[in-house]
Amino acid sequence: MKILVAIKPVPNPDEKVKIKGDGSGIVLDNIKMVVNPFCEIAVEEALRIREKLTGEVVVVTVGPKEGEQQVRTALAMGADRAVLVEAGTDLDSLAVAKVLAKVVADEKADLVLMGKQAVDDDNNQVGQILAAVLGWPQATFASKIEFAADNRKANVTREVDGGLETIEVALPAVVTTDLRLNEPRYASLPGIMKAKKKELKVVPLASLGVDTAPRVKVLSYAAPKQRAGGGRVADVAELVSKLKSEAKVL
Amino acid sequence: MADILVVVEHQEGVFKKNTLSVVSAAKALAGLTGGEVDALVLGDSVAAVAGVAAGTGVRKVLLGEGAAFGKYLASTYAGAVAQVVKAGAYGAVFAPASTFGKDFMPRLSGLLDAPLASDIVGLEKVGDALRVKRPMYAGNAIGTVELVGGPLLFTVRQTAFDAAAMGGAKAPVEKVAVTAEAWGMAFVSRQETKSERPELTEARMIVSAGRGIKAQENFKLVEELADLLNAAIGASRAAVDAGWAPNDWQVGQTGKIVAPELYIALGISGAIQHLAGMKDSKVIVAINKDEEAPIFQVADYGLVADLFKAVPEMVAEIKKLKSA
Repeated sequence: MKILVAIKPVPNPDEKVKIKGDGSGIVLDNIKMVVNPFCEIAVEEALRIREKLTGEVVVVTVGPKEGEQQVRTALAMGADRAVLVEAGTDLDSLAVAKVLAKVVADEKADLVLMGKQAVDDDNNQVGQILAAVLGWPQATFASKIEFAADNRKANVTREVDGGLETIEVALPAVVTTDLRLNEPRYASLPGIMKAKKKELKVVPLASLGVDTAPRVKVLSYAAPKQRAGGGRVADVAELVSKLKSEAKVL
Repeated sequence: MADILVVVEHQEGVFKKNTLSVVSAAKALAGLTGGEVDALVLGDSVAAVAGVAAGTGVRKVLLGEGAAFGKYLASTYAGAVAQVVKAGAYGAVFAPASTFGKDFMPRLSGLLDAPLASDIVGLEKVGDALRVKRPMYAGNAIGTVELVGGPLLFTVRQTAFDAAAMGGAKAPVEKVAVTAEAWGMAFVSRQETKSERPELTEARMIVSAGRGIKAQENFKLVEELADLLNAAIGASRAAVDAGWAPNDWQVGQTGKIVAPELYIALGISGAIQHLAGMKDSKVIVAINKDEEAPIFQVADYGLVADLFKAVPEMVAEIKKLKSA
């Protein structure tokens, strides 16, 4: 099975973001870039599928050249090779999906795995748009993927409001990963050494002939209203009394 | 501007209240750009849902029925909405930013080659231009977004818009013919998390537990407090990942976004991702042994204590209060 995994580099989600003084963007100096956590889960799942069914895992990213570092991380985890479509950071979901559709067609992938959302833009869109552009089935928020005996179909369990839902998708399909699908492995030292030698093809965006004119433009960023938290109570009696008389919620 | 379409969410025939906030958001756009707001109900034998939607203040309800729409699928729903949008020349489509809206709306964006703003919290006009507000970076930045082309697509953060009033004059219900194309997808099964308690996104109060609860059986303590308050139960990612709580209890950036009147966080440290899902709650109570826990920075009432001691005390105090 040929699996294409789309990944996105994002600022380390455990660090609090700072907004530039003029609101034009996010301060990225001294912030470590990492593989979006949901994408890491997608890479891990692809590796597990390859371990079971054999095949190839191709990692693809769309963005600046610096993303090579996160692509190498995925290669170090065990992906076979990578494609980096070199583009700016301003591509919106529609543009990224259309670029990915080109790569998917070139690679003739049987399955596309990607994170359900990138934790920077929090859009949760690209996988579904890609499925529509390709005319493929989609299964979002996956917590379990099971292939039929002939590997032509898969049952995907999805984390939805109210519980879990299982759908069947015919392959090729796009599956987006949720948190409980797996626990991604760490890249081993030999894995990191090997990754340096693995093929990483850099493709200039212009060579794909895709219209990437932005349809969703982020014009500015602002800090949300800050909460005046930090209040303390000494004990449960004071807590309950304040909830009644001060907050008036009981 | 052209008219606006709201896609109604229901769970197999039961109208979901998140649609009320979506109607409000759609009306906010209508107030800025003109146009009328219609609702679309897709399903199998869902006239009752259309009946409820008719009382939300929309101009009319479009009812697209068929056996193929009996079980929700992103492919059939996105395809049918696209048909209705084209037939009615709608200029905008709204849906809730639930796992329903988040699933089919981007697919619709791909089908129509139309811009989608996810999880919006505000709409405004600057001169003649529409500006959309949406949270990014786990809610630590609010982006101001411009959409180019159309129709404009939005998923709406329920907590950011007041629910539209119900039970007004009934709008007419009109049947629409829609065809279903499954694109290689089929429904297999659904496993509902059964609960007598209020839904997380609809509850007035929420009691939530994290890593500090230590084991699944200790959720009994959480349940006791929640039942006393008629509260919903939530959980941090850590508690869900550990298998102590079902996935649909997760509150946070990638789980449910809630803003109840009272949010009680028990043994939750307050990771950025969790705060993203609850920091707009009106009153926040945090009980945690670790006085350095970041949850205390957003809490109105922080109590540094062992939750296994504090929660039973709280139950006793509230019972006293109720019987007084």
